[in-house]
Amino acid sequence: MTYLKTLAASAAALAVMAPAAFADWAPRKPVEFIIMAGTGGGADQIARLLQGLIEKKDLSPRPFIPINKPGGSGAEALRYMQDKAGDNHTVMMTLNSFYTTPIIQEDLGVDVTEFTPIGLMAMDTFLLWVNTDRNDITDLDSYVSAVKGAGLDWKVGGTGSGQEDSVLTAMMEAAFEYEVTYIPFPGGGTVAKNLIGNQIDSTVNNPSEQMEFYRAGNSKPLVQFTGERMAAFPDTPTAKELGVDIEYYMQRSVNGPPGMDPEAVEWYTNLFQTLFDSQEWQDFCVSDGLTCDAMMNGAELANFHATQKDAHVALIEQVGAGAITGE
Amino acid sequence: MTVRTAELLMAIATLALSLGLMFNVYADGLTIGWVEGRGPGAGMWPFWLSAGMALAALATLVRWVQRKTPESRSDAPYIAPETLFLVAVSAVSLLALLVLMTVIGTYLSLMLFMFFYVRVLGKHSWAMTWAFVVGTPIFIYLLFEVALTKYLPKGWPIFEEGFLVIDNLRYEYFY
Amino acid sequence: METILVSLGAGLMQAFEPLNLFMIFAGCLAGLFVGCMPGLGSVNGVAILLPVTFLVPPTAAIIFLAALYYGAMYGGAISSITLGIPGASTAVATVFDGRPMAQQGKADKALMAAAIASFIGGTVSVILFTLFAPPLAAFALKFGPQEEFALMLLAFATFIGLGGDDIPKTVFSILLGLVMAAIGFDIISGQPRMIFFDMVEFQRGIGFLVLAIGIYGIGEMLWTLESTKGQVTMHKVQITWARMKANFAEVKKYINSTWLGSFLGFFVGTLPAAGATPASLMSYGLSKTFSKDPDSYGKGNVAGVAAPEAANNAASTGSMLPMITLGIPGSPTTAILLGGMIIWGLRPGPLLFTESPDFVWGLIGSMYVANVATVILNLAMIPIFIRVLAMPFTLLTPIIFVLCVLGVFATTDRMFDTWIMLILGVGGYLMRKLNYPVAPAVLAIVLGPLAERSLRQSLISSQGDVTTFVTRPISLTCVLLALALISYPLVQRALRRRQSQRRAA
Repeated sequence: MTYLKTLAASAAALAVMAPAAFADWAPRKPVEFIIMAGTGGGADQIARLLQGLIEKKDLSPRPFIPINKPGGSGAEALRYMQDKAGDNHTVMMTLNSFYTTPIIQEDLGVDVTEFTPIGLMAMDTFLLWVNTDRNDITDLDSYVSAVKGAGLDWKVGGTGSGQEDSVLTAMMEAAFEYEVTYIPFPGGGTVAKNLIGNQIDSTVNNPSEQMEFYRAGNSKPLVQFTGERMAAFPDTPTAKELGVDIEYYMQRSVNGPPGMDPEAVEWYTNLFQTLFDSQEWQDFCVSDGLTCDAMMNGAELANFHATQKDAHVALIEQVGAGAITGE
Repeated sequence: MTVRTAELLMAIATLALSLGLMFNVYADGLTIGWVEGRGPGAGMWPFWLSAGMALAALATLVRWVQRKTPESRSDAPYIAPETLFLVAVSAVSLLALLVLMTVIGTYLSLMLFMFFYVRVLGKHSWAMTWAFVVGTPIFIYLLFEVALTKYLPKGWPIFEEGFLVIDNLRYEYFY
Repeated sequence: METILVSLGAGLMQAFEPLNLFMIFAGCLAGLFVGCMPGLGSVNGVAILLPVTFLVPPTAAIIFLAALYYGAMYGGAISSITLGIPGASTAVATVFDGRPMAQQGKADKALMAAAIASFIGGTVSVILFTLFAPPLAAFALKFGPQEEFALMLLAFATFIGLGGDDIPKTVFSILLGLVMAAIGFDIISGQPRMIFFDMVEFQRGIGFLVLAIGIYGIGEMLWTLESTKGQVTMHKVQITWARMKANFAEVKKYINSTWLGSFLGFFVGTLPAAGATPASLMSYGLSKTFSKDPDSYGKGNVAGVAAPEAANNAASTGSMLPMITLGIPGSPTTAILLGGMIIWGLRPGPLLFTESPDFVWGLIGSMYVANVATVILNLAMIPIFIRVLAMPFTLLTPIIFVLCVLGVFATTDRMFDTWIMLILGVGGYLMRKLNYPVAPAVLAIVLGPLAERSLRQSLISSQGDVTTFVTRPISLTCVLLALALISYPLVQRALRRRQSQRRAA
């Protein structure tokens, strides 16, 4: 460890004289770890866990400082990163609003494919949840008929118009030809609580947001929107098995601002690779139903972002931006 | 300026502010009415509350004309001339602090700010002056950067580089 | 019951181990210090926690955490009273009477009342927590958007009478606060609202602290500078034993407000949406409404300090309930605590009580001890805090300004907010000179977002049917209570008038 520190210190001393011209790059000042969502949500939990691990394992010569910029479904964070172009001391924890927000807010002036991809830490998944009190709903068919019976009285909770769960809800409305009332709440935890309290009828939460209620027998998953059944939910069918073509994931990746120096990118990529391979992170993935097979980085991740972005453009066109914003 | 004039100007300013807010909401194309089956639209709350502000500002104007409020009857000066200097200096020094923070960084600005108050305004001894000029940035550094891990504004890159030389010492010797 | 006592006993035993006891005092001190800086609260203090976490075992870290949390809650009152700047959003209501008391040379009385009320509030709350956590969690689940909105109505109703005597100006102030709260992204429709000059920064909205520090920090300082012509130094208070004793004897003056604040605070704090800030404001409003002498509130009534302080401490304990039993943070600080718990491998949720009893009872046990530790530290340090009041203005003013600017910066990490703070501060000062009351705007910006969101959520879920607020039992109860509260002062005034007429006749 002292080795790393001496290295960092000498690197820093040299870098003062010749910035950016040194191969063994390491941060010279605290790294801003931007989170494009509010405190307490999935992205925030992950970022704070990663920050804690960096500190615990002493992986960085300078601390990572988590900063939440939740304004406008992440618009504030995206704009901030765009304005930080070329900065080597800012990285961002992203979720799918990374794609959706610039599409819905056209005048934001952010093209996420220009951002510097660092590492895809995990793919989060979505399941359809109802309260266990609903004995009449046991599978997707009974769910669809219950929704159709209730019509607009059926209330689906979500984390906000334009957020990924509203996209997924709109996809389901299109696939099953029903219409529901979508009620936005601040944060996935609040949505989960309102489902358990029977304030809403169903929700598409991430596993981490419902896991504890599921284990306590308060809520039950009906369908998972994944390619294959997850290990954590072996008895829940995927939508594809039931003949419904909906597969939707939430990416949890770390990205830098546009134009980051290659040496810095390399350093951050190595750092997050170490974190990705750590026992703590892999344990977290298992317990929270995240898919963490291998960390995508570099050009591969850039391609991934490009495909995802196009997919979201198509999705939003298909369901209509109006179906997502509700007005 | 008398209190009476000031109240008229403030009433006009608040009325203009309210109307401006209403216009802003309306021009953004937000729904200011009731959406059938959904309740209030996105613009309803700010638009109609701004309308309420406009009414309240109008009421103040009417009361001013009728000389109903104590302020509308007062011919005392709005800000007493002997204190105007003090208030203006405080407001302007804060403005300068904020501008300087974005240019030369938090710590140098703090030193200038403290020097101005303690030495120029307060005419305290040099010992006191230096204690504050040097002590404040050190205290702020320890509290915000070391304990609370906040990265305060460092200004333009050239000033940031200068700060980093000092910051590096901390990491080199204390961790 | 017996199992609760046994578990609690084990929790308390943990708290008394030497390392843990040290962590309690260290945490309380750190919390007090951070909490008494304007703008900095327990949210910032938790940053201190992280490095500590890796040095000591998790239980000790939790205990440090709880102590820090309590310390910050107590600390918030200190700057509210001595400087007139709310140290944290939860301590705004403490300014209303704490500041006048300090100006009358009774800062020590106010600080003592704040410490004792906080202690009672915290203790009552942690006892309720120990006894009723599971049923209360079940009750909190019954709170949907309709109930939240009804609760907000109730909160607004308690503020009747907080405004000045000029009705149009009071109305303007309330509405301005509510409109400012709507700036930024509308989560219901996902549309940006009131993004002035197309500045992206407005999408985040204007935070409560920006307005509160602008008005109470910058505005109040300008006001004081002007009204005292630069002689800011207040009456120096000589602390003697006799005076301390006399202060203790005053407890009976505010004990009723303290009980009210304690129970109200705990209850409001347990509701996931609310938290300690609305709780302390409601407690202040109610205490004033039911006081025999409501006119003395805002002019230095010691009960006006005790009521919000009891409530905010009670609520901060209460807000741990949804976090521990449901995994939902009730306040921003508990949201960060939640992050800390995950690092320790603990998952908050309905099963935490049964799966990690050591953790839960260690936390509860340390809450009892932290409360005692903080009140002792706080009482002992009153003479030090008082010294701040003896500083000349050329030293005090720049310190306050600097802390205000950096405090606001630290909450959001944006210079933008410090600019807004300056504009609001100067604007607030100019308006205040013309008898526009500023407190209603500050209250409105806290409750505005909650009120608008819950109103629209309710109406979406009832498909536009407004009767939804009176067809649900809890919501109906809150609405009726709100109506009763609004009419109470009117009825009282009518009664008084009749009495005086009778006397005249």
